[in-house]
Amino acid sequence: MAQHQVNYLKDGGLPVALTTIDKVVNWGRSNSIWALTYGLACCGIEMMASGASRYDFDRFGTIFRASPRQAELMIVAGTLTKKHAEFIRRLYDQMTEPKWVISMGSCANTGGMFNTYATVQGVDRVIPVDLYLPGCAPRPETLQYAVMMLQQKIRKEPASRAQKPKRLM
Amino acid sequence: MRAYTPKDNVQKKSYYTDRFWVAPQVAKSAVSDDAVFAADLDAIKAKFDVLDAYIQVDQMVVVIHANDNYAVLELLKNEREYTQLSEMSAIDWLATEGKFEIFYQMLSMAKRKRVRIKCKIDEKEAIQSVEKLFRCADWSEREMYDMFGVVVNNHPFMKRILMPDDWEGFPLRKTYPLQGDEFAAWYEVDKIFGKEAREIIGPENRDPARIDRYDTKRFARLGHEVPFGTDISQGEPDTPLVYQEQKGVFMVDKFDTQKSVVISDRHR
Repeated sequence: MAQHQVNYLKDGGLPVALTTIDKVVNWGRSNSIWALTYGLACCGIEMMASGASRYDFDRFGTIFRASPRQAELMIVAGTLTKKHAEFIRRLYDQMTEPKWVISMGSCANTGGMFNTYATVQGVDRVIPVDLYLPGCAPRPETLQYAVMMLQQKIRKEPASRAQKPKRLM
Repeated sequence: MRAYTPKDNVQKKSYYTDRFWVAPQVAKSAVSDDAVFAADLDAIKAKFDVLDAYIQVDQMVVVIHANDNYAVLELLKNEREYTQLSEMSAIDWLATEGKFEIFYQMLSMAKRKRVRIKCKIDEKEAIQSVEKLFRCADWSEREMYDMFGVVVNNHPFMKRILMPDDWEGFPLRKTYPLQGDEFAAWYEVDKIFGKEAREIIGPENRDPARIDRYDTKRFARLGHEVPFGTDISQGEPDTPLVYQEQKGVFMVDKFDTQKSVVISDRHR
């Protein structure tokens, strides 16, 4: 029977990792961002492509959920009409803390080409936005980059303290 | 972005830039040119008052009184084989005539012909519903009410179809501004937060070309990221595109561009 000698102090062999609670919590949060399915217009197609096998959002831990109670990220993908504004606010309020919002595409950022009476001129008039993603429509790689930037943002935040609820005003 | 100017009173101004512009007219011909249309028109004329009738682009246009609309469409559907109502809506002529024009586009698959029935009503006048004849008129009449404010009598469910129920104004009227009146501009703020939030949230930015290059609170420039709210009016540093934080992430290896390999043969 072969005898193996393990040098625990060399070669990273020690089965112990030292870290802080903040880092562990933020590692968990940033690598399991469950996003609400919120495709409002053509950007939703790119969002769906990001979730499908070719671009594979699952490797970031981003899984789309159909319920705001199970989601912590809202990717507003598409044109927000004034009729729909109250519903996006209600869904945002129903999401549990901590929660983040990515405004995806020109329409969600500023109203985009719909400079009309029926379009909300930027979702930040209704809900607080963490990350604005430009493009019309942004490609799936861009959305992936946005989620990576959001991961960076989450890791920078102190996790041990109760997160201050975000307010628009 | 050009400022919006109302187009409904252009002709009343003392000078205007397009005074020599003549609206192109589509050629009209007499109904007697087409035997099928002539027979249809005779059938309508036998029972109803016809104000005008002509053929335009191979389609017959018949102008009738507004209160005959249901009976004329019933005649065309039951006796003249125009079994489909392909389209109906209103046109805003309030600025020039003070009236709405209501049109019904009919199609006969048996005859392979199209007929358009037109009538005019005043602004406050209501029109009879044709929903009992053509089921498809249900949503069209609701849309006509939503967009023009034309009330339809005897409709089963007279309610706005596209805009919210508590919307004020009728968006397809020529007098309605494209970017909305004051009610439209503050609609979502008033509804969600209340009118007292108007001052805090502020007016809409209607200039899509507005870019504040030095705004680091709302936008980051890829490759030039700086911390939130930094003053970059004196220039900002280039930051290489990194995919992880400086100190690395717990249990995740740091991405290093020097160590990465570019695979030239994708089919290897």
